[in-house]
Amino acid sequence: MTKQEALFRYLLRLGDNALIQSYRLSEWCSRGPILEEDLAMTNISLDYLGRTRALYQYAAIVEGKERTEDDLAYKRPEIQYYNNLITELPIGNFAFTIARQLLISVFEFLHYTQLSQSKDETIAAITAKTLKEIRYHKVHSRDWCYRLGRGTEVSHTKLQQAFDEAWMYTGELFEMCEEDQILMADGVANNLEALLPAWKEEVSRILADSDIKVPNVDYMQTGSRKGIHSENLGHILSEMQYLPRAYPDAIW
Amino acid sequence: MSNDTQLDLWEVFIQNKAGGNHTHAGSVHASDRQMALQNARDIYTRRNEGSSIWVIPSKYVTASNPEDADMLFDPSTDKMYRHPTFYVIPEGAKQI
Repeated sequence: MTKQEALFRYLLRLGDNALIQSYRLSEWCSRGPILEEDLAMTNISLDYLGRTRALYQYAAIVEGKERTEDDLAYKRPEIQYYNNLITELPIGNFAFTIARQLLISVFEFLHYTQLSQSKDETIAAITAKTLKEIRYHKVHSRDWCYRLGRGTEVSHTKLQQAFDEAWMYTGELFEMCEEDQILMADGVANNLEALLPAWKEEVSRILADSDIKVPNVDYMQTGSRKGIHSENLGHILSEMQYLPRAYPDAIW
Repeated sequence: MSNDTQLDLWEVFIQNKAGGNHTHAGSVHASDRQMALQNARDIYTRRNEGSSIWVIPSKYVTASNPEDADMLFDPSTDKMYRHPTFYVIPEGAKQI
């Protein structure tokens, strides 16, 4: 793998994570528990979409094959998507959406804080801008954890179940592969494994403050770094890519 | 309202830029003050409208009764001398 290939692959991964997370959050549109929360989640979804565009635009430049951001989103098959499995899980109930958002946002805050110091100026600029959004996503999901965890017996049970279900998908966030090693040597990417203690510490603290137990799960799901996904990504892509594949010249 | 499932109502005041007034923007539902602030942020400041937000529980707003409008407001309509329209404004003054 050349440095250029590594950077392209890395940008796709960041972009894919943002796109699929955006897609899942957008599914709450018109289905939120209250109008205000409906808007909050679609708002966060749009933050992710903006981030996706910036990352894909840069990825397309790095690749240098005259593909566009839309080509990258709509014309890649499942096996060429590198989003973490946790992002593609169905939205489930509101508690699950909140639990997933918290687990991801705490990770992203640590990850993007380091990437904002990247030797690659474009990555540094995109991530520095995005950090402000991530900070808000974290506060928003954290406060909902407090409310649900320390709310009623039903909300507490649902939130505990949500963390229990999502936990085995968190190991993958910290997986390092070839592109990480290549880019880390040049100071472009950071060491994900090294983020785990800080992530665990912060998540544990928020769960404790929400009266939620940290799940006792050792088995971790894996596969996305190689493009191996759960059945869920296929369903997402078939819906998302239907229109540009059926009508390749469609514009709006 | 016993059958209202939409949480408590809060009034939202947005300041457009530092130093300006906080003006009433609308209202949001929320169960606590943090949620009220976040909801207000998501609903009323998404297009760069604000630099500061106040949220106040609607139950603490005391409003005048529309039926009293005659008593409260009509007496002022025919007293032009209460308006400072008889001063000569110096040329070049931007704000008085």
